[in-house]
Amino acid sequence: MSVQSAAPVEPRGFSLVQYAVCLKGIVWREALRFLHQRERFVSALVRPLVWLFIFAAGFRSVLGVSIIPPYDTYVLYDVYITPGLIAMIQLFNGMQSSLSMVYDREMGNMRTLLVSPLPRWFLLTSKLVAGASVSILQVYAFLLIAWFWEIEPPTLWGYLTILPALILSGLMFGALGMLLSSLIRQLENFAGVMNFVIFPMFFASSALYPLWRVREGSPWLAFVCEINPFTHAVELIRFAFWGQVNLTSLAVVGGCAALFLGAAIIAYDPSRGMLMRREG
Amino acid sequence: MIDSSKDHALEAALKIDRVSHFYGKRKALDDVSFEVRPASFTVLLGLNGAGKSTLFSLITRLFGVRSGAISIFGFDVARTPGEALRRLGVVFQARTLDLDLSIAQNLAYHAALHGIGDATAKARAADVLAKVDMLDRLNDKARALSGGQMRRVEIARALLHRPRMLLLDEPTVGLDIKARADILAHVRNLVATEGIGVLWATHLIDEILPGDNVVVLHRGKLLDAGKVEEVCARAGSPDMTAAFNRLTGEAATEAQ
Repeated sequence: MSVQSAAPVEPRGFSLVQYAVCLKGIVWREALRFLHQRERFVSALVRPLVWLFIFAAGFRSVLGVSIIPPYDTYVLYDVYITPGLIAMIQLFNGMQSSLSMVYDREMGNMRTLLVSPLPRWFLLTSKLVAGASVSILQVYAFLLIAWFWEIEPPTLWGYLTILPALILSGLMFGALGMLLSSLIRQLENFAGVMNFVIFPMFFASSALYPLWRVREGSPWLAFVCEINPFTHAVELIRFAFWGQVNLTSLAVVGGCAALFLGAAIIAYDPSRGMLMRREG
Repeated sequence: MIDSSKDHALEAALKIDRVSHFYGKRKALDDVSFEVRPASFTVLLGLNGAGKSTLFSLITRLFGVRSGAISIFGFDVARTPGEALRRLGVVFQARTLDLDLSIAQNLAYHAALHGIGDATAKARAADVLAKVDMLDRLNDKARALSGGQMRRVEIARALLHRPRMLLLDEPTVGLDIKARADILAHVRNLVATEGIGVLWATHLIDEILPGDNVVVLHRGKLLDAGKVEEVCARAGSPDMTAAFNRLTGEAATEAQ
């Protein structure tokens, strides 16, 4: 082996193709893991379907929904809560990714990702994109089943116009999960996340009831709902499914996605983040 | 691909320069300095809690270096992590294969994390697996492998992106005698035939051979470093076991 050269080693950086290869690899692995975990897919679908077929069907005649944007006519209650259930699928998927990252960190798999020479922000963003992609697959499977229940957008374009909203909300919930995964020290603590993040976010939102109705009952709760990012994800999806854009929700969901991702990147930064302070 | 002829030229494969690390107020590493030369086998010897895994976490940038500096072939891990990490292969103490994926899928994922395309990755996967005698298990799930086989696959995976420096953190823990011997022989062969610099962390003194470089780490402090014979001579001991006991015994006495 030749060892005779005095030339200094020059940094070579990474090409765009190498970044693309890395992104594809991370998304591919996430998809493979998802396919191998059939229970995860089934449970991701069963949860919103139970809400749709039992809860919404039961309350259909009790809870009428007046004409509120984006709807230009009265809609059935199960049509109203569908965007909330879609957001719930994505929220649970984000938390599932968070659980998976905590598990991977405890088991050591996370190290494989973090010792990649590509920038850490890119690795985490790729992981986020991978998680959001899986959540979108789940949402379309749910929408397919809901279609048989006669829940559908006013035109078929709704299935396309909802996609950008799903991407953005999927990224926001994924980033939230990633941030939480950096803060959760042990797998056992994850149950606390269920109690203190998922359920309050879901119930204190416009997923189940229109905000004007909440305001009638409790102005304070309506305020909580209005500042809850989950509410804005629901409204972004609701408007997009009806072929419209809710600009306020777009700004809030986009801003929160950037904020949560930025915080997660800092938390996973080896020189600044929370991992630094952990022994082991 | 790394140009090994350039990498070998002037720089240490791995340079640890006055590195300290704290967990809260507890000092896990205290002003540690040593080098690993290219094409050399260096044993990082220490008991549990010596600071070996902490040092590995700093080298691989899982933790940030806050005091001192670490470089790989001249590339500072903190300032140019991409260039440093692309020259580094790592086998962690904990098993890091994805058990639900096949061996081929695990290696393809690792290749993607280094920006290596599918065709190149497949060719290299076949090459590195053949070297550890695991090519026939290419499509088996990682879950189906024994502990020794997993380790061999992890070593193959660590070599997939053709690093010039290889870190192995207690790679033989939990393996039977034959698996231990096979893995040790394979890694030593890599040093001899491919010129890779190796840092092998262990608490098992019988894994050290005459002529090896050894770094003795105890409770975060570097007690001695050099050829086995030099360390033994300085400790006034006939063999490495006696030298290690003497060094750590002295360290314990000093600490009191």
